[in-house]
Amino acid sequence: MLTDLQKRLLNDFQRDFPLSPTPYRDIAEQLGVTETEVITALAELNAQQFISRIGAVIPPNHIGASTLVAMAIPAAQLQTVADKISAFPEINHNYEREHRLNLWFVAVAANAAQLQQVIENIEQQTGFPALQLPLVDDFFIDLGFKLDLQHA
Amino acid sequence: MDATDRRIMHATQAGLPLTPEPYQTLAGQLNLSTAEVMRRLMAMQDSGIIRRIGAVPNHYKLGYRFNGMTVWDVPDGQIDELGRQVGQLPFVSHCYHRPRHLPEWPYNLFAMVHGKTQAEADRQIRQIADVLGNQCHGNEVLYSTKILKKTGFRSR
Repeated sequence: MLTDLQKRLLNDFQRDFPLSPTPYRDIAEQLGVTETEVITALAELNAQQFISRIGAVIPPNHIGASTLVAMAIPAAQLQTVADKISAFPEINHNYEREHRLNLWFVAVAANAAQLQQVIENIEQQTGFPALQLPLVDDFFIDLGFKLDLQHA
Repeated sequence: MDATDRRIMHATQAGLPLTPEPYQTLAGQLNLSTAEVMRRLMAMQDSGIIRRIGAVPNHYKLGYRFNGMTVWDVPDGQIDELGRQVGQLPFVSHCYHRPRHLPEWPYNLFAMVHGKTQAEADRQIRQIADVLGNQCHGNEVLYSTKILKKTGFRSR
């Protein structure tokens, strides 16, 4: 069960987090609570994993080279292959999805050549081809995501 | 973006410290001044290297269990305008143009939707379909059934 303060922190501070020496105190002043209450509420949201973190969100492709990758893996081998792929430090957002292409992940490397090397290594170690779907264009203007927290 | 910017970004990826003066805490870890950390974060935000700074909600944990990657086949000549319209829908959290790989992958427009129920996700998908109208030549929705790894630089 989320408190009213936690709900406001979740919905009103997905962007424009204050870049001031004392951001939590600034937020507290805006919300009419104490700095300690804000820090405690955020720590609680963190501990319960309602937020994955408070921090900077980076648009894709701004750091190094990256691509979305899709693979079709037989169900019986999926976990083994997924574990092999997740072991690569260059891999994040590894998801199983309901589709013939059932394994989807993002590969990030310092540059295009290193990225291709990572993909080649994954293909060699798993024995399955990797379909690369790199970003062409990003249409999203990220203003945060309006959460429905009525029953949260 | 230089090496110092990169160090700051790495240090903040795990999250801003929950201390009264978090930028000072970061600066101490990085051997920089607080003013420099704040100035650089501000500059990265202004130039678009950082999209936003704030709380990053965990949709799944907050009750959004139906997270669908919707993929659409739309004409390449129309995709910029259509992508802009889809990206503005309030429930869409990411909207990208990606290349097709024919014949196995005909889709070029990707939009992530998040619903608390299957019915809510279905409604969102219908709304995207309405925006695309007869420009849509095919679509699929790929729901995630298992999160196998979620780390590193995050774009949401």
